[in-house]
Amino acid sequence: MKELSVDHLLGIKYLKEDDLHLIFETADHFKEVINRPIKKVPSLRDVTIANLFFENSTRTKLSFELAEKRLSADIINFSAAQSSVKKGETLIDTVNNILAMKVDMVIMRHPNPGAAEFLSKNVDACIINAGDGTHEHPTQALLDAYSIRERFGEVAGKRIVIVGDILHSRVALSNIFALNMLGAEVKVCGPKSLLPKHIESLGVKVEPDFKKALRWCDAVNMLRVQNERMDKSYFPSIREYTQLYGLSLPLLKSLRKEIIVLHPGPMNRGVEISSDVADSNQAIILDQVENGVAIRMAVIYLLASKLIKPEA
Amino acid sequence: MQPKLLLNAHQIDILLHRLACQLIENHLDFSNCVLIGLQPRGVNVLNKLTHLLTTVYKVPALQSGKLDITFFRDDFRRSDKPHAASSSEMNIPIEGKDIVFIDDVLYTGRSIRAALTAIESYGRPKSIELLALIDRRFSRDLPIQPDYVGRQVDALQNDKVTVEWSETHAVDAVFLLKDHL
Repeated sequence: MKELSVDHLLGIKYLKEDDLHLIFETADHFKEVINRPIKKVPSLRDVTIANLFFENSTRTKLSFELAEKRLSADIINFSAAQSSVKKGETLIDTVNNILAMKVDMVIMRHPNPGAAEFLSKNVDACIINAGDGTHEHPTQALLDAYSIRERFGEVAGKRIVIVGDILHSRVALSNIFALNMLGAEVKVCGPKSLLPKHIESLGVKVEPDFKKALRWCDAVNMLRVQNERMDKSYFPSIREYTQLYGLSLPLLKSLRKEIIVLHPGPMNRGVEISSDVADSNQAIILDQVENGVAIRMAVIYLLASKLIKPEA
Repeated sequence: MQPKLLLNAHQIDILLHRLACQLIENHLDFSNCVLIGLQPRGVNVLNKLTHLLTTVYKVPALQSGKLDITFFRDDFRRSDKPHAASSSEMNIPIEGKDIVFIDDVLYTGRSIRAALTAIESYGRPKSIELLALIDRRFSRDLPIQPDYVGRQVDALQNDKVTVEWSETHAVDAVFLLKDHL
């Protein structure tokens, strides 16, 4: 069987196209597993995984934890709020202390871009990036691309538009890398103040007109406005943002084709997406959540198979 | 070294007919029986037997499934390369059923141990039997024995027994490969 070309999952940009296909094929099998009456396999019985969340998370943390449990791994959870990080401990010290307890893999979310890569170079464990600041969120991009592949059969040749706060979004960056690698056409759309300069250099086109972007695409990924990362006002008002970039049901129905709607969550209902769109048949938001567990099982399984072999 | 032919297509056909008759002897109309082919190669034997049972022996409504055991193997992180998973197709309820696992070659018994664990994910069968086209006796690692055997073969640990089917190769045949590591 093929192996991943990497020993850590730090970002999509470090992967090759074959890695993405291998992850998707493995996720297909795990999706069947999590729909069995007993949704658990014993593969990772002798693997211990630490979930280190230095930043708030609900669905990613739950999804990773469930994936680890479905694979029978032992888990320890750590959240920065109740830890010695508050007392001034460095990241390397914190992680090395956890690794001293014989932990094999570390899943980390951190507010600083590059934290996962930094850790991978300084500690002796397999690192999976669960989001590092505004940099990358590889498993989210994998599950987004997987959900698109599931709906359309393949990602290559499909037209995807990513809408909203591209500037602060790690989901957008990882999605751009993954979708480009898989041969999709990608456009980004949003207020100019929330689009990074020179974003075209990543191989995407900018479409400032939301309606034009919708008419062009096969799938739209609606990003959340990340108020918590904004140090100043990037647009005049939420109301104006919703009018220009909010996806409503009348707008969706006005298109002469049926596109699919993705959202990485958490949703701001009534801001970037209206409730009736979020709950419509065209939205595959709950499929994304289910696929997230299968994708994370696949990533953990494939990386665990590369861990140092148990001693004879 | 040239592979040694252990069974030709005609001999395999006779074995499959006998195995089909033995299954009928024990399960009569197969109303409570589910045949489970173990992925990937056991499925070939399952397909051959299913074809015989339904077309030649006219068994009505035969129930069957395909079970992948990759994630239940006991050599994860211990073998040189990770094993490729196949798909499981278990669309029939197995609770309270008489299950027959079907595989092509029974060697160490570890795949069967994995299958015994994997099947629990789908329910609690009444009983489980094992059918193997080839039984490499004297090479078991675990206390597992087949209930239905096509042919017993004595082979050394470094040897390999391969089953080829006309669907993917020229003809149906079983070969012994000496010193195949």
